[in-house]
Amino acid sequence: MSEQLSLFPEPKRSYSIIEINTYLRTLLEGDSLLQDIWVEGEISNLSRPKSGHLYFTLKDSQAAIRCVMWRSQTARLAAIPQDGMAVEVHGSISVYEAAGQYQLYADQIRPAGEGLLYQEFNRLKNKLEAEGLFDPAHKRPIPEMPAVIGVVTSPTGAAIQDILNTLKRRYPLARVVLAPAAVQGDAAPGEIASAIHALNQQIQPDVILVGRGGGSIEDLWAFNQEIVARAIFASDAPVISGVGHEIDFTISDFVADLRAPTPTAAAELAVPDQIELAGILLERRETLQRQIKDRLNEQRWALGQTASRLQQVSPAAQLAAGRQTLDELFRRGERALQHHIKLQQTRLSGLSQQLDSLSPQNVLRRGYAAVSSGGRPVTSLKDIQPGNQIHVQVRDGSFDARVTAKEEKNEQIN
Amino acid sequence: MSKSTEITSLSYEQAFEELQALINTLESGEKSLDETLKLYQRGQALYQHCQKLLEEAELKIETLDIPE
Repeated sequence: MSEQLSLFPEPKRSYSIIEINTYLRTLLEGDSLLQDIWVEGEISNLSRPKSGHLYFTLKDSQAAIRCVMWRSQTARLAAIPQDGMAVEVHGSISVYEAAGQYQLYADQIRPAGEGLLYQEFNRLKNKLEAEGLFDPAHKRPIPEMPAVIGVVTSPTGAAIQDILNTLKRRYPLARVVLAPAAVQGDAAPGEIASAIHALNQQIQPDVILVGRGGGSIEDLWAFNQEIVARAIFASDAPVISGVGHEIDFTISDFVADLRAPTPTAAAELAVPDQIELAGILLERRETLQRQIKDRLNEQRWALGQTASRLQQVSPAAQLAAGRQTLDELFRRGERALQHHIKLQQTRLSGLSQQLDSLSPQNVLRRGYAAVSSGGRPVTSLKDIQPGNQIHVQVRDGSFDARVTAKEEKNEQIN
Repeated sequence: MSKSTEITSLSYEQAFEELQALINTLESGEKSLDETLKLYQRGQALYQHCQKLLEEAELKIETLDIPE
């Protein structure tokens, strides 16, 4: 409006309301502080008409400011705030020209105090990260089939029931040791850390589940405490964290060897499903049976091969040939023997005839006589003297006679 | 895992691991037929044991006393 200033007062020009309001809006929107600002207070007069936009007044003991949050922004809220809630609202301040009303155009609403918590969260996260507590190199592998499972949570919360139900359903083979600890309140961080420590000291479980069910950021705060983070890091057994809901991230989640979105999910990640195990087991058995069947078939085939090779090198054929030769020889031997025997028989009968022809009987038959004296044959004059008794054999008998005389032949006979 | 280990004393994980290792050994085909048959028998027994453990399993739950 500086152009309107003049040395000579003139009747002042009137402005339309919209001109003023637009002017103001331009002023406010040109101020960088007002365009990116957190304001804290209590919510009142909250209304949410069908349009889906959120209208409320933010007030404290001294003052109030109108606020509006467009429907597109409300979609990002974890929960619709309620009258009386202490909150911090982020947005920009401008003028609603039609009503001549300046107001806070909100784009984020968070519970009061969260800002400080968030700063603390970031401070600790950065510190522990710098120390290497989140380093993947430090993450221990989660065993596939843990025999002993340690659980650190409240014995009365919803989380323990979720965890036990999940373990019962999926992997009833395990032994579960609950190390009870408060999971919210001042005592919680110390108790959670002690429980993790005690499990490692007394039980040496194969894996430890640490967690609790959903709640406000204050409820979950124990899991953002350094003492809990360090206890998880120091645990001998690998730790699975399951804190709150999917959207909640805690320091414990960063330190844990495995982060699960919920306590139920932590139990699911800790163990295999028995139905799957039974299926795998059946597959293994089939493999085993196939192996033994293959092996036996292979062995039978090899045996068959060997048998036929053995047959090829067997002396049976040679033996058969040898046997034939032997038979032949035997037959030939037999024939030779028969021949020999026949020959001998022929010769024998010849000899027999010869012998027959030489027998004295034959000589007698031809008309000769045989003379003996005193049982001795008489073949010479010297064998007898006249008067001797002699025995004479002839063809058909014998007779006795007496020698009356001897007459010597002239020629000499032997 | 020693061959003489009593199967009934094995946990599911131990029995399953042994079964797995045994199958790998058989897969290599380096064992004699006699040994193969013995391994097969043990494999069957390991399978039965695992099966029994799965069927009879009941989650054991206890609570730890935490010293102050």
